[in-house]
Amino acid sequence: MNRFPIWKNTLIILVLLFGLVYTIPNFYGEVPAVQISSGKATVNLESALVQPLDRALREEGLNPTAVLIDENSIRFRFDDTEEQIRARDLIEGRLNPDPADPSYIVALNLLPATPNWLTSIRALPMYLGLDLRGGVHFLLEVDMPGAVVNRLDSTAGDLRTLMRDRRIRHAGINREGNSIHLRFRDAEQRAAARTAILNNTNDLQLVERDDADDDLRLIATLTPQAQQTIREFAITQNITTLRNRINELGVAEPIIQQQGAERIVVQLPGVQDVAKAKDILGRTATLEIRMVDDSPGALEAALQGQVPFGTELYTERGGSPLLVRNEVVLTGDRLVDAQPGFDGQTNEPAVHLTLDSAGARIFRDVTRENVGKRMAILLIERGRGEVVTAPVIRTEIGGGRVQISGRMTTTEANQVALLLRAGSLAAPMEIIEERTVGPSLGAENIARGFNSVMWGMVAIAIFIAVYYSAVGIMSVAALTANLMLLIALLSLLQATLTLPGIAAIALTLGMAIDANVLINERIREELRNGSSPQAAINAGYDRAFDTILDANVTTFIAGIALLVFGSGPVRGFAVVLCLGIITSVFSAVLVSRMFVNFLYGRQRKLAGIRIG
Amino acid sequence: MEFFRVNNDIPFMRHAVKFNVFSVTLVLLAIFFLVTRGLNLSVEFTGGTLVEVSYPEAVQVEPIRQALSREGYTDAQVQHFGSARDVLVRLPTREGMDSDRISENVLATLQAMDGPDPELRRVEFVGPQIGDELAADGALALLFVLIGIMIYLALRFEWRFSLAAIVAILHDMIVILGFFALFQWDFSLAVLAAVLAALGYSVNETVIIFDRIRETFKKKRGMNTPEVINHAITRVISRTIITHTTTLMVVFTMLIFGGETLHYFSLALAISIIFGMYSSMLVSSPVVMWLGVSREQFIKPKKEKEEAVV
Repeated sequence: MNRFPIWKNTLIILVLLFGLVYTIPNFYGEVPAVQISSGKATVNLESALVQPLDRALREEGLNPTAVLIDENSIRFRFDDTEEQIRARDLIEGRLNPDPADPSYIVALNLLPATPNWLTSIRALPMYLGLDLRGGVHFLLEVDMPGAVVNRLDSTAGDLRTLMRDRRIRHAGINREGNSIHLRFRDAEQRAAARTAILNNTNDLQLVERDDADDDLRLIATLTPQAQQTIREFAITQNITTLRNRINELGVAEPIIQQQGAERIVVQLPGVQDVAKAKDILGRTATLEIRMVDDSPGALEAALQGQVPFGTELYTERGGSPLLVRNEVVLTGDRLVDAQPGFDGQTNEPAVHLTLDSAGARIFRDVTRENVGKRMAILLIERGRGEVVTAPVIRTEIGGGRVQISGRMTTTEANQVALLLRAGSLAAPMEIIEERTVGPSLGAENIARGFNSVMWGMVAIAIFIAVYYSAVGIMSVAALTANLMLLIALLSLLQATLTLPGIAAIALTLGMAIDANVLINERIREELRNGSSPQAAINAGYDRAFDTILDANVTTFIAGIALLVFGSGPVRGFAVVLCLGIITSVFSAVLVSRMFVNFLYGRQRKLAGIRIG
Repeated sequence: MEFFRVNNDIPFMRHAVKFNVFSVTLVLLAIFFLVTRGLNLSVEFTGGTLVEVSYPEAVQVEPIRQALSREGYTDAQVQHFGSARDVLVRLPTREGMDSDRISENVLATLQAMDGPDPELRRVEFVGPQIGDELAADGALALLFVLIGIMIYLALRFEWRFSLAAIVAILHDMIVILGFFALFQWDFSLAVLAAVLAALGYSVNETVIIFDRIRETFKKKRGMNTPEVINHAITRVISRTIITHTTTLMVVFTMLIFGGETLHYFSLALAISIIFGMYSSMLVSSPVVMWLGVSREQFIKPKKEKEEAVV
């Protein structure tokens, strides 16, 4: 007699049922949908939007089959693409009366057609990777040394202001490498400066150095904690900025994630215009406001090749040359917002800037002292600067609201505003990895993966059923259960399925049958040695168990190594490999035994086993 | 049905020297090709740009190469990929170029050419900093697998068996890499993953044979060492061949249906599995024999236990 106790059978059947339920969502396919998300940081998505939109849609004869609301989006599901497109136009018209300044992003999307009762128990289809659904993957690296240098430059400016406020006489404050050198003529002033700085900030550590009797220096470096904060700030700030920029693209389900200390992963499923995506993402620019050196003769000297110390030569957008001081007054991280608009009095196109409080204070001081002079707003892209605009300061500007106007068309104002917004990245970034998969290749990859798994399965099933007869058919049933459980686990965990991942599913099937072969060969051997059929089944399963565990340990080691060290598609392969090993041990040892028990276990006097 | 009902033990060990000469020759050839030709590493390791496009009709690669060369991409490799309609363009990383814009420039160049417009299938750009990192990660994964398996075997068996199994793994590894060097097949991260998974899979074959050898030593008193090994291999050969055949069946369906993307991946799997089967039977067992395994090492269960703990 070979029987499992009732609790064991129940447990196995429950696991199989669970597997079945979580596998089902994968068979429903996708339906068209319209997705609404917030287009501005200031606009909140409210569920109150849904009712009027729903009514409006129904009045037009468009019947959304479902409305899904979550934190970041509202989604309407439709029966066909024609309805979807009409609905998109209608919603777009309702929510964004001014197309030039959209408050909401209305995008076309595909949603799983999973029935609601399944969605409610979190039974979702597997999450397909970009190589299967098509789209763009970027890995961006934040230039951390650049972030630190930026910060030192602005700190040097702060120190100058501090010295001036406290009336401490110094002989120059400059950044040299990763430190700021403050020069003094006498020790008294230096001591005063030291106290002033330490009272003012915790971010700096100070060292004194005497280069000559009248060249006393105070060398300020950032504390390790401060540097750490800068790095953390830089990456979070960049992620936020990226998120805002990507919203402008209207991608349905973008992924923006931090990876490691200084990298950001951006995945844009379904995006086909890679050039535009890169234009918006890859604008690895930082914004700097500096003063223009208008002293007589300096520009002429610079044009002849003798750029005065402490200044740089730039070309304005109009084409005329410009001499800009090295000291940074403000960087882009003080900029909160930049919007195109019009001057309230002259009705000229203008750009309105909003600064944060620290930025506003600095800006007020600088403008007060420099009325009549020019300031340059530079966009630094990949180490090269470009003067966006160089307006004249007409009056002291307080309150942090700045308007740049004059000599601009509406388009230019729009462009400058976009550039300035884009420029509010804390540190420059660079694309260090890109993977783009076209939509046709994605669909093809799914077909290829599906065919590999299906025909692999068919080949194994025929071979094993013929080779091991009735017991073989039970093995095939267990293998099917294994496939189902694996897909259920992948769906439940929402692990990213890639093409190598599908290959791993096929491979797992090929390897999983190994356990059944082990068991069946053992049973044959026991029968050959003269055991009774029931004893042979029992011994076959018992003895094979150790070997099955053994057989899977080494593959598991390889899977874990790939999981730890692999990235992208390889990781997808490793996840499936590891999960597949777990499900295959379960199905070979327990599920197939249960099936064989159902087949033979009840007969007290078993004449023979059909094992080929 | 049963393919391998072998009643008499097959005298594998009589030919041990021949197998060893064959294996050593294979390894030496593989090393020769690895040194002289090297691996054809994919952009993931070297850094660079890869653009795959598809045309509505068959195209020649030469005009494409010339067009790219006119645009300054003189070092572009252009080749057909799978069919005459699909074209793969590969570009190494170059200093001072706007490397993250290469893919668009290449596509624009191809679209500006006379004739039908290509459709973008795939772009892979890997910056130099990432390339080095991926290569290092790949090497670490390899090392991790080797060390992991060594530890596992050391816990599982006596040193002779562990050493023999490791010799077999290294043999497989070098031979597979040799194939990739000889035919200049594209060696990507996915291929490395396939090789590692297949190695892990093959090691357990060796483990099973060794288990049988140990068991036979304890049970059958009248046999000498080669006879014991022959007996053990003959007993498990049916299982070994059947499981590897089923796995190979799947790998072949992948080769047939998986398309170009999975081509080298499944090729690596196929070769690894075939050589894994060979080496677990005919590389590791002779090594165990040369290392002087004998019954005396197993008759005292106490001693075995001590060694098993090491």
